[in-house]
Amino acid sequence: MGQPNPTPAQVAARTTPRGVDRVVGEQVTGAESIVRSLEAVGVENVFGIPGGAILPTYDPLMDSAKVRHILVRHEQGGGHAASGYAHATGKVGVTMATSGPGATNLVTPIADANMDSIPMVAITGQVAAPAIGTDAFQEADIVGITMPVTKHSYLVTDPDEIPRTIAEAFHIASTGRPGPVLVDIAKSAMQERTTFSWPQELALPGYHPVTKPHAKQVREAARLLATARRPVLYVGGGVIRSGASAALRRLVDLSGAAVVTTLMARGSVPDSHPQHLGMPGMHGTVPAVAALQKADLVVALGARFDDRVTGKLSSFAPHAAIVHADIDPAEIGKNRAVDVPIVGDLREVIEELVPALQTEQDRVGKPDVEAWWHQIDTWRETYPLGFSATADGHLAPQHVISRLGEIAGPDAIYVAGVGQHQMWAAQFIRYERPNTWINSGGLGTMGYSVPAAMGAKVGEPDRDVWAIDGDGCFQMTNQELATCAINDIPIKVALINNSSLGMVRQWQTLFYNQRYSNTDLHTGHGTVRIPDFVKLAEAYGCVGIRVEHESEVDDAIKRANEIDDRPVVVDFNVSRDAMVWPMVAAGVSNDDIQYARGISPAWDRED
Amino acid sequence: MSRHTLSVLVENKPGVLTRVAGLFARRAFNIHSLAVGPTEHQEISRITVVVDVDEHPLEQVTKQLNKLVHVIKIVELDAEVSVQRELLLVKVKADASTRSGVLEVVELFRAHVVDVVPDTVVIEATGTAAKLDALLASLEPYGVREIVKSGTLAVGRGSRSITDRALDRVRSA
Repeated sequence: MGQPNPTPAQVAARTTPRGVDRVVGEQVTGAESIVRSLEAVGVENVFGIPGGAILPTYDPLMDSAKVRHILVRHEQGGGHAASGYAHATGKVGVTMATSGPGATNLVTPIADANMDSIPMVAITGQVAAPAIGTDAFQEADIVGITMPVTKHSYLVTDPDEIPRTIAEAFHIASTGRPGPVLVDIAKSAMQERTTFSWPQELALPGYHPVTKPHAKQVREAARLLATARRPVLYVGGGVIRSGASAALRRLVDLSGAAVVTTLMARGSVPDSHPQHLGMPGMHGTVPAVAALQKADLVVALGARFDDRVTGKLSSFAPHAAIVHADIDPAEIGKNRAVDVPIVGDLREVIEELVPALQTEQDRVGKPDVEAWWHQIDTWRETYPLGFSATADGHLAPQHVISRLGEIAGPDAIYVAGVGQHQMWAAQFIRYERPNTWINSGGLGTMGYSVPAAMGAKVGEPDRDVWAIDGDGCFQMTNQELATCAINDIPIKVALINNSSLGMVRQWQTLFYNQRYSNTDLHTGHGTVRIPDFVKLAEAYGCVGIRVEHESEVDDAIKRANEIDDRPVVVDFNVSRDAMVWPMVAAGVSNDDIQYARGISPAWDRED
Repeated sequence: MSRHTLSVLVENKPGVLTRVAGLFARRAFNIHSLAVGPTEHQEISRITVVVDVDEHPLEQVTKQLNKLVHVIKIVELDAEVSVQRELLLVKVKADASTRSGVLEVVELFRAHVVDVVPDTVVIEATGTAAKLDALLASLEPYGVREIVKSGTLAVGRGSRSITDRALDRVRSA
């Protein structure tokens, strides 16, 4: 187990930021206790909507000088905003909603945060304690409903338990493998008198995340890494969550290994790094996918061998020994048998792995990876990421996204929805820093982009935040543009409008004989344009810009970048026939990756 | 597939059983039997769960269970080094003509009759699953009217207690 776990008292002390005085037994209401606890734990922003059961809490919240509450237009928007905020800042995102429908509207963002290991605390009002279980007005068993998709959850009916519960919720959400914690509080508990004390002793006898890796396992990993001839570092979102990018950079440089960054890890290693092959998986680059398939050693760092990365699991990286480091022991060996398991916080793991590898290299010399890089370079030259001109003469979405990345630059934050635009944004924008790429990876939640961008902009107000959204996704959550416009949160939206549910349409093109069942959205070129996104943007107090020709792309992006007093929506009308390539079809071996439609790399020639 | 018995020590808090049972369901693990009760320490409850899984999924079950915040400790109890028992209550037809035959079976299996009316008896028996199956097979010809069975309870043989260290954790937390 290594280093002893911190005592609850130490943890509680840590959760008290400087400037929060010790408080003992102050007489308050339960509602005041909630607000005081949020202040004490260091919450600066809450995204939420009031309603009957949470009303008592909104009264003292109005007077809080420390907590800014941002009134969203839909609870789902509040939840994704909290997620975007957490993604961008690494702090715990907080969302608040009332009971019943307010709470059930949070289910999607909670599930989303659970899949992507986002530190989030959701606070919901519940009907008064005596009414629980009676099918009361706006009653829903939200603890029961969210049990499968939360890291942990609480139902509070005794106001005395509020401060400790909130302290625990933030501790659980932000430590170990981060995740969402739900705190459901009965209205009666908010209304009753109680006492508030801080800091709080945590009572979590069953919660002991292991952060310090086992030294022997680290040495074994170093030994493999020092002698491998075809090593690949398979980097996942855990590296971002643990703030391990700087350490990882040293490991990359020292090891000489190839690096791939998953959809959740884009930006953890600069795309400009010569050893970086890009994203692996279903829409990964050919070099990244090929390197994993041909590797003799795969070092998985905070990645979870997701089906979208491995393709057909039994044929994934068939020649490779596997080192798997993760904070969550249950991920290790879940999908792929592991040769060297390492449980620990990724930053601690990598910081120990670097000197261990140095020691090993001092003993056996620098690894011989020249032939490996020769092979990889051949793949890179033959199969670079690219796209072809559209057949219908309309804008190529990949061009729009590439130009956006180049003009807005690596200091901007990019927040995608889900679908084709998300994949192109992951492929064609060059990420140089961690926490600049935000998306819904595991759950694949359409509608994530606009509210998550709002949350990211609140967390990082000095950075340009670009939502890259599809016309399908955008129609699910664009109501949060009102929140952005009114609360001075000037996000920018690049709407990749192909007038259809593009990714579904792509599959219909490839696998359903071009039968386009229910994927036409009528929002683009030559359609009725319902809705007209430019008018919609204007109706929400945003600037709306339409772009239909390649010659207008750069100017529109630059103009949007210059507008800082309100949100901007740029409606890029793009070709609906553009497809995401490369592609490994679902359930197929990664060896069968298609570089473009019908074109598969000829592996044998290079072997 | 093989059968494994897990003793899961949990905090005695509302909803813990739901969390444990729900986890089994959503990870597609098959519960064979489940028994829950208090321990010698009021802060700790003990769930004995018997699952039918292969070795690899069993490791996943254990790791996933360990992630539940209220789960304090999990011990697999090997049948060789533990005592495992179920409780059976069975209502059997037994009138004047068959009662002596039924009572002979009860005697043979060291079971007890806990209720008698003119046409039926209720028999209480404890034992391993195999013993109780044999008892039921022997009673079958007389006419079994109702069966109630508990989940398996299990405790390791020898003087060691798995709750002691768990308790230290709870008390120091």
